[in-house]
Amino acid sequence: MLWYIGRRVLQVIPVFLGATLLIYSMVFAMPGDPVAALGGDRGLPEAVQQQIRDRYNLDEPFLVQYLLYLKGIVTLDFGVTFSGREVIDVVAQALPVTFRLAIMALVFEAILGVTVGLVAGLRKGGIFDATALVTSLFVIAVPTFVIGFVLQFAVGVELGWLPTTVGGNVSFRSLLMPAIVLGAVSFAYVLRLTRTSVAENMSADYVRTATAKGLSRNRVVTVHVLRNSLIPVVTYLGADLGQLMAGAIVTEGIFNINGVGGTLYRAILQGESATVVSLTTVLVMIYIVANLLVDLLYAALDPRIRYA
Amino acid sequence: MAGVAASILAGSLVLAACSGTDSGNGGETEGGGEETTAAEGGAASGEIVSVNGVEPQNPLVPGNTNETGGGKIVDLLYAGLFYYDASGAVQNEVAESIETEDSQTYTITLKDGWTFTDGSPVTANSFVDAWNYTALLSNAQNNSYFFEGIEGFSYDEDSELTGLEVVDDLTFTVTLKQPEADFPLRLGYTAYYPLPEVAFEDMEAFGENPIGNGPYMMDGEGAWEHNVGVDVVPNPDYQGGRTPANGGVEVRFYEGLDAAYNDLLSGNLDVIDAIPDSAYGTYEEELEGRSVNQPAAIFQAFTFPEYLPEWAGEAGKLRRAAISHAINREEITETIFQGTRTPASDFTSPVIDGWSDSIPGSEVLEYDEELAKELWAEAEAIEPFTGSFTMAYNSDGGHQAWADAVTNNVRNVLGIEAEGQPYATFAELLDDRDAGTMTGPFRSGWQADYPGLNNFLAPLYYTGAGSNDGQYSNPEFDELINQGNAAESVEEANEIFQRAQEILFEDLPQVPLWYSNVNGGWAEGVENVEFSWNSVPLMYQVTKG
Repeated sequence: MLWYIGRRVLQVIPVFLGATLLIYSMVFAMPGDPVAALGGDRGLPEAVQQQIRDRYNLDEPFLVQYLLYLKGIVTLDFGVTFSGREVIDVVAQALPVTFRLAIMALVFEAILGVTVGLVAGLRKGGIFDATALVTSLFVIAVPTFVIGFVLQFAVGVELGWLPTTVGGNVSFRSLLMPAIVLGAVSFAYVLRLTRTSVAENMSADYVRTATAKGLSRNRVVTVHVLRNSLIPVVTYLGADLGQLMAGAIVTEGIFNINGVGGTLYRAILQGESATVVSLTTVLVMIYIVANLLVDLLYAALDPRIRYA
Repeated sequence: MAGVAASILAGSLVLAACSGTDSGNGGETEGGGEETTAAEGGAASGEIVSVNGVEPQNPLVPGNTNETGGGKIVDLLYAGLFYYDASGAVQNEVAESIETEDSQTYTITLKDGWTFTDGSPVTANSFVDAWNYTALLSNAQNNSYFFEGIEGFSYDEDSELTGLEVVDDLTFTVTLKQPEADFPLRLGYTAYYPLPEVAFEDMEAFGENPIGNGPYMMDGEGAWEHNVGVDVVPNPDYQGGRTPANGGVEVRFYEGLDAAYNDLLSGNLDVIDAIPDSAYGTYEEELEGRSVNQPAAIFQAFTFPEYLPEWAGEAGKLRRAAISHAINREEITETIFQGTRTPASDFTSPVIDGWSDSIPGSEVLEYDEELAKELWAEAEAIEPFTGSFTMAYNSDGGHQAWADAVTNNVRNVLGIEAEGQPYATFAELLDDRDAGTMTGPFRSGWQADYPGLNNFLAPLYYTGAGSNDGQYSNPEFDELINQGNAAESVEEANEIFQRAQEILFEDLPQVPLWYSNVNGGWAEGVENVEFSWNSVPLMYQVTKG
């Protein structure tokens, strides 16, 4: 088991190198001179532009720029943004906010999605099942920003139950609405996955055996059916964590959350390679760790899976 | 990356470049509606008022702050020689007087007794040292070009501003390279603020926790929480005319205007200085009269690069006039911008002293299908037109709707091919613009730094000027600008600048479209909100009951 984890952790190194190289080259390939656009319609004095280019090695060929960036990383220097802030500070500020938001969304979609999906799966074809399926389809069909704006206007502006925006006030209460918006689509998928999986397993042989042995229905459902049914759901949730971390741009914009999404979006528009690459790399790491956790959870869920 | 999501948001994201993305907004004279009475003497106690903002792009150093996000904050923290009141008129702040015989050498006398919030006195050196620092090439300050007219300034090497001379603690002289009648007008701008001695030890660190002499000061160490906001409190030692009537200002940063607007509706934000596109049609009703919509010092146009043969020469001149006559500015500002833009009637802005809507030649801006067709036919007789009319714009700035409307006008009236030419980002458009490889006209916008006519003219149309992106050159025009600069008074200068505009109407290097308006609003219970000539709400006089 430990051996397995060690091997998986070592895989991070090539992935890290590949990801940074790929992302760096993509930012590098973006057309337009980011420095020229810094001054708006008026532009900055040529001397100022040149100093910025020198400071960020923007005139160097691609490989030199990339290696200089890597050299910085090794000495834990992640570079500086165009506005003079340490990239590490920017990342350190944005990441925890988005992480809290993503975890809240994940908990919301997991608990609610699995519960509703389980009930729907157990009563396949009933009223509850049909309602759950139609509702989840609707949630998937409506774009996130529509759900976000409508909820913000109804709950925040009109009713005043929850804060309209987050801004600097990062609390459970202010993040509740954005987390629900962010997790809404995944909630629908988790619900449908769980329902299908549970419905399938209910007619499996081992369930009939367990019932014949005289186990109570509760025990059959929770220990046997649910455990087996959760394997595809856990896989989805693991991948979704990364998705939630990176894909919160719309939700963060609507609720004015100073997180990864908005920061990344701004950095891409401004062509700030250091910020884009550093943030994306962190996101790649999160993906890797989440996937490792999912694989380890398999062993807990399915006794047949063993990591040696 | 959610590409779709990003593009949807791009429309509502505010990029705070100096009018670079047409998301700036402007302001003029009326706002609060009633007379404002600033509290008498001393720092006022009262409620803290909040206003929307964006994360400044640079540390809060006057010489390096060239965008509205930082400018809004810096203007609260510092007091310059002069300040601009709501109407854009120049009022003395630290300056006792400014005198000149020839519009080239100015003697500036300061009031006694001003201090920075660290206790150090505001002297002639506070100004001269700050200006020298900003102008020095190797300091790479964004506002360095504001000093290019002063003797000793250089774009090629580090050189001291020899034109600045300290006479005594409260007097210094400025000698310009050539006469500039409106030089005093610009001295209220951010770039000309003084700095305390401590700033020069480490400018970047100073910019994180700046020490100024303005109506407000930072609310302690770390009052600037990056990407979140800045809190400022009244400066008890402030002695100028912008005395705070409230207990402080909270500038809260918003990624998108929609979020800020919703906060305003739910009472979580007191003042907003721009309205999101999505609320253009509804904000006046939703805010029940607590809103403002008036022209601002922002001019929008499109430029014909001089190097395009089909738009040059005698035929080109006729064609440009035809295009201008083919555009229905009234209709576009009404339907696409829902009245949040004002059709242009000159090359400057109505909020500027000396502005006129009846300059000879300005009738070229009138929508007239028949005349447009006639002019086009005349041009065809000289030399047939091949190709099409394209309008280049950057899609990240929300320009598509009006660019399509303008090209539709041209296509329908003149019967030629016309279409928008989108560039994904502003940076991409700049690549072609600055390399001189545009294939057709492109959008341009300009926001004034100081309320003077010439600020809209010389930087854009003078031969070889920094923002003369169409490479326009007309010796007659240049001569009039020089004459205006050498004039005895601002009034006399304005007359000459208006004559220079007549030449622009004749040549049409740029075709004026409209002035951006300032669209602002305030929450219930908030009073005395007035928007300044430069689109920024005068936060020092805002009160909350």
